[in-house]
Formats: sequence, C-alpha cells, structure tokens
Amino acid sequence: MRFSTLLKKPAEWMRSPGPQSDIVMTSRIRLARNLVGHPFPGWARKEDRAVVMEEIRPSLENLSEMKDSFSEEMTKLTALEKQVLVERHLISREHAAKGPGCGTVMNRSQTISVMVNEEDHLRMQAIRPGLQLMSAYRSLDQIDSALEQELPYAFDHQYGYLTACPTNLGTGMRASAMLHLPGLVLSEQINQTIQGANKIGLAVRGLYGEGTEALANLFQISNQNTLGTDEKEIIEHLDRVINQMIENEKNARMKILEDKPTMMQDQIGRAYAVLKYAHIITSKEALNYLSMIRLGCDLGFVPEEERETITVLLTEIQPAHLQISAKRKLSPEERDILRADIIRTSLNGLTPPDFSTILTERDDDDE
Amino acid sequence: MNCDVCQNEKASVFFSQVVDGNLQKVNLCKSCADEKGVTDPTGFALADMLEGMGEETATETAVATDDLTCPSCGFSQTDFKKTGRFGCADCYHVFDEGLDGLLEAMHKHTQHTGKVPSTFPDLPAAQVNPLPEEPMAPSPLDKLSELKLSLSKSVEDEDYEEAARLRDQISQLESQMGDS
Repeated sequence: MRFSTLLKKPAEWMRSPGPQSDIVMTSRIRLARNLVGHPFPGWARKEDRAVVMEEIRPSLENLSEMKDSFSEEMTKLTALEKQVLVERHLISREHAAKGPGCGTVMNRSQTISVMVNEEDHLRMQAIRPGLQLMSAYRSLDQIDSALEQELPYAFDHQYGYLTACPTNLGTGMRASAMLHLPGLVLSEQINQTIQGANKIGLAVRGLYGEGTEALANLFQISNQNTLGTDEKEIIEHLDRVINQMIENEKNARMKILEDKPTMMQDQIGRAYAVLKYAHIITSKEALNYLSMIRLGCDLGFVPEEERETITVLLTEIQPAHLQISAKRKLSPEERDILRADIIRTSLNGLTPPDFSTILTERDDDDE
Repeated sequence: MNCDVCQNEKASVFFSQVVDGNLQKVNLCKSCADEKGVTDPTGFALADMLEGMGEETATETAVATDDLTCPSCGFSQTDFKKTGRFGCADCYHVFDEGLDGLLEAMHKHTQHTGKVPSTFPDLPAAQVNPLPEEPMAPSPLDKLSELKLSLSKSVEDEDYEEAARLRDQISQLESQMGDS
C-alpha cells in the first residue's frame, strides 16, 4: 500500500463507534519485544539496526493480518509524512525522529501498526474504537504469537520480555485508553482524578503521550507496572478504573447541567459560534471547541450525526494533515486560515445547538 | 585516617568491594557515607562512587577498570546510570546486582507472571496462555486502591454518606490484609 492510499482513508476507529465511545475515544495495546543477540536500538550501531530490520520486516509483512500493508523505512518518509503518522497515533514522536535502520509497518485499516527499532526492536500496537482493551489485546497477541515462531525473542523466566528500559520489563505491555473528560475539566475535578489514578499505579497523559498537553479535554490513561502482573490483570484493572472514571465524568456532566446549565450552554454555544464563523483558528483553540461540540452530541444538544465529523476533524486539522491537504508547506499563519476554512466547510450543515431539554422551566422555546 | 571524599573529617566507615576480581577500598566519614548511600547496599556501587571523586587521573583509571561492562554489547554501568536503559538483553544478567531493588521500586514485583513465548518450553502449557476465559476476582490490593479512588471522588462530590461507607470498607479490607 502506498502512503497516498493510507492518507485517503481515515483510520477505521474514527468511522465505527465502539462500546462507551461517547467518553472513550480509543483503546490501545502496545507490546515491546526484542531479539536475542542484537543490541537494543538505542545502543546499536546503524549496521546492527539494519540487520535487525532485515530480519523482522519480512516476518511482519508475511503475516496474514498485514496483507497489503504499508511498510516503509523511516529514511524514505518525508518529515511531513512522519508527522502525519504521529498525528494519527500510528507512530510515536520519538520514532518520527529516527533515521537509518528504523521502519514502520501497518495494516490497511490502521488498526495494527508496528515500529521497528524504536526504543525496542519491535513496538507493536493495536488500536480499537471505544473501550475494548481486551479485544485489542487478543488481536495483537495473535500477531505476537505468530512472530515468536519466527523471531528469536529475548525472554527470561524471571524478568519476562527483556526490554531496553526496565520500566517495560515483564509483559512489555502498555494498555491505554483515550478518554474525553470535559465534565471533569469544567468542574475542576480533573487534577484530583489524575492524582488518584497515579496513586494506584496508572499514568495519565495528554493527547500525544508523555510530556504533552491535554488538548480537547482528551486524556490517555495507561498502566505503569508491567512486571509481576499478567496481561489480563493489567487490562482488567485498567478497565475497572476507566469504568469508574466514566461514571465520574457522567456525574460531573449531570451536576453541571443541574447547577450551572447556563454555563454549559454558553460553552457549547460559543464553540458552535467560533467554529462556524472563525476565519483564523489555532490548533489548540479548535481542538478545545471541537471537544465542546462533542460534549453537545453526548448531551443531545447537537445531532448525533455530527459525531463522526468531529472525530475526523480532530485529526484532519492538525498541522501535518493540513499541509498534506494543501500539498505544500504552510506557515503557522497560513495553517490557521486553512484550518478555519476546513472546519467551516465540514460543519456547514451543523444546526445551532438545541438546548430545549434544559430550558423547560423558562418555558420560552418553540413547541 | 581522613575521609577519601571530603578529606576533612576522620574516616569512620570502611568499605571494600570486589570489582572485576580486584579489591577496591574506600574510607569515608559518617556524613559522606550517608550522602553516597553506602549504608544502603542495593543502591551503592563502589565504581560509581570512585567515578564521582575529585582526583582526575585516579578517577579515569578507576572508571576504566572498575566500570562493569557487558561482554556482549560493551554497555557499562555508567551508561545505565546515564540513560536508564540497557544495551542488550544480556545486560540484564551482567548488571543483575541491585536490579531487583530497582524493579521492586518500579513494578512492586520482581517475577514475571504474564505471557511466555511457546518457544520457551520450561513452563507447563497451562501457563503459556495467559488468557483463561473465566474472569478472575480482583486482588485485594487492586480493590483497595479502587475504593480509595472512589472515596476521594465521593468526598469531592460531597456525598458523605457514600464516603463513610467506603471508608468503612477500606478499613475493613486493610485490617483483613494486615491479618493475612
């Protein structure tokens, strides 16, 4: 598959909703694996990495799940193309900076992506819409089990899968979910939620992983511990905490609607106004307003049909995607203009939010 | 005899360690010993301390001969301290001294319990598949941490009835765990 084909198709997870997908955008599982007898990528010389790549790539491309995959060496991709893959969560920011001997393989539907020679020889990821960590794990586990027949994995009965960083030792698994938590942000409970999650061994990060800002009220929650807990326990623990967070988020939304309905209407109404009529808009501003329209969908103020448009826009308005669609490099100012154009066009048919459900006591809306 | 590090105080801690077959000795005063973590055997490596000492020529030779190095990939203990990552799979066995302490702090466990590749046959087949169909009961520790999360939520929501109920559950569970 060519890069242009990959680009034309939005990832499958954006198109089809999953369980709890009003609050849980995506579930992801990442497995880290290494081969014996080769230094880890960070310590390896260019030639070592090339050898590992040659060993791994055919095995990956021959998997039935990876039929007609997109498979490329990082050196063959332009900076812009790499950034597109980052914006789609198909590779990490760290991997985008990699050079010779590093590569990326992903399937057509962009549900499985593999980084070769990132921090570990193999970093495999499965992504699913909504809350379905176990199903994501099962699909990745199959691929892992097929690969272990061909590739000599570095494994130890005490330490489990041997990884470059001891923080990934054991299962080598990171399970994570992307949660949309505007209710907890608006009600200022988010910091407490994050601290609570940290206390029980879970990490909460922004939209693009470690050290990134929480934009669009999106938060990634993931396990920290990988040794001494098996895959199923890690996923079940995370599932339970996520379900609790979903409850808390829903309660927070209901409480705002009860106590400060006008504030809620103002937030969503403003978002509608800006997105619909702005001609210059930054990524941050757009993402935060799109979050409010999405919240409007969840609460029934905005038609449900808009949900997919909003989800696709979250990715399409990011800098690299904009430049690919413009087919040229754009200055930040030009991007802000094009971003506003794309949003206005996409939301052309969007009708004003209908707040009649919470305006009943004022009794001033049309019947 | 004065302390090798500060040269001022009288040495009262005498530390010896065999590094690559050579006996290395360091004499320290009480405050330097505490500062260098000598009193904590898992966290202390003589090679690291020698590396941090003032006399440059002595330090360089000390690093060259004492810095433990992985024979497979040439990665050294100092590299690990610098990057927090290892050089290759064999490093885990070369640098295994003190590793369990590090892993304990990181993961609260030191023994892998998850998936085992089918190509590592030592374990019975039952353990190779980590995904039994029946859901397992949450461990008491997980349960406890969740209860605590719910508690802080309910306090925040000013749902004190629920908070009191959770508090009682937590103390009950904690006392049960204390017993076992």
